[in-house]
Order: sequence, then structure tokens, then C-alpha cells
Amino acid sequence: MTITIEYYLILSAFMFLVGVVGVLINRNAIVVFMSIELMLNSANLTLVTFSSFLGNSIGQLFVFFVMTVAAAEAAVGLAIIIAIFRNKLTVNIDEINILKW
Amino acid sequence: MNIEVFLFFLFGIVAAVTAVIMITRRNPVISALFLILNFASLAGLYITLNAQFIAVTQIIVYAGAIMILFLFVLMLLRPESQKKFFELNPKTKIFAIIVAFIVFAQLVYMIFFASPSANISKDVSKSVEAGTIEAIGRELFTNYVVPFEAAGFLLLAATIGALVLAKKKFD
Repeated sequence: MTITIEYYLILSAFMFLVGVVGVLINRNAIVVFMSIELMLNSANLTLVTFSSFLGNSIGQLFVFFVMTVAAAEAAVGLAIIIAIFRNKLTVNIDEINILKW
Repeated sequence: MNIEVFLFFLFGIVAAVTAVIMITRRNPVISALFLILNFASLAGLYITLNAQFIAVTQIIVYAGAIMILFLFVLMLLRPESQKKFFELNPKTKIFAIIVAFIVFAQLVYMIFFASPSANISKDVSKSVEAGTIEAIGRELFTNYVVPFEAAGFLLLAATIGALVLAKKKFD
């Protein structure tokens, strides 16, 4: 038995959809952010899989850029959550509806 | 059973199980800790794929820096205000799981329909060569130097933006 490329792709698809379910069922803004990180990581796993199986390092280069964007997104997103918590004293995304008309 | 199969199933099962545990915990600190375990097992999977540089960066950047930031914010905010989060409409939960299951079935069907392993066979020496810091750094500083500078500028902008947002009250 050898590990073919399909095993990694199915694991990556599973992790992505767990992240989607996490975004949909959680009401805590920080847990929603963590689910988004999970989805980004599953996309990274697909990129590294193809890069390794094709013997081409461009895929791993793009993982590097995805990590940069994820770090920037986490810093700005958590700053926004702290600012909202100061104003509304909650991080429940059902109560943060000031943009809803 | 050779070591590659064993390591894939070990890290893969840990990654899948910790992802599911992460989204179903009530306490967000526990889910953050399980997410760190998930990232660590992903680093193990990157090692099995011969991507050494990405595996080390995964540990340092994700499991180190980003998750410490998350835990810091979680412990800064008030924990008792997070109790009633899971009492949401059960219809939403069932709908989310059904939609995710349908999309997962579609993806699995597409992966097996295309069957990429028929066209791609792994060349171990090329794969090891592609994952070294040398190969990635050569691409990064020659063909991809403009995206690299853009990434640096993005990090600077994010640092300043986070400082400005967290400093003053917007009222």
C-alpha cells in the first residue's frame, strides 16, 4: 500500500468542510476566526501536496504567501474584535448587528 | 506497513479528529488548544510530503505566533459572556451539516473521477529537492520578488492597522 495523492486531497477537503461547519454553527467571533484559519490551512495542505507530488517548489512559495496573509488577517481581525468588545461588551456575532438595516 | 503509510494515518487522523473537536467545544480556550494540536499534526504531514521549510514555518508562525495571539485575546475578554453561544436554532446546525456533507461528497466524487494519481507519480528526489529552503528561496528572490515585497508591505500595513484599531475607541 502506498499513499497516493488522493489521500491528502480528501483529508484536505474534509478539513475545509469542518472549517465551513465551524463558521456556520459557532456564535463566538473568535472561534469563527479560528475556523477560518482551519480553512486556510486545508488549502495550504492541498498546495503542498501538489507541489511535492509534481516536484515543483512554486506551490510551497504560495503557502508562504498564504501564511503572511493569514498572520495579517489574524492581527487586524483580533484588533477589530477587541474594539467591538469595548463598545458592545460582547463577541457574540448574533448581537453584533449594527450594520444590519 | 511501511513508515510513510503509518505516519500519514497517524497525523491525518489526529488532524481530522482535532478539527472536529475544535468546532464542537463550548470553551473557546479548549478549542484554541486543539487547533494548535491540529497545526502541529499538519506540520508532521508536511514533513511526510518532504516540505521541510513549510513544516518549520507552520510550527513557528501558526502554532507559535498566531495561536498565541488568539489565546491572548481569548483570555483578555470576559469568559463568562460566552456561555449561551451554543443554544442556537438546531435547524441552522442541521442545515450546515447537510450542506457540508453534500459539498464533501461532491469533492470526493470529483477527486476520484479525475484520479490525479494516474497522471502524477511521485519522484522522491525531485520532491525532496523542491522542499528545501534553497529551492524556495531562489524562487522567492528571483521570479517572485515583487510579491515578496508586497507581502512585506502587507505585514507593515497590518501592524499599523492593528495598532490604530486597538488603541482608540471608535465612538
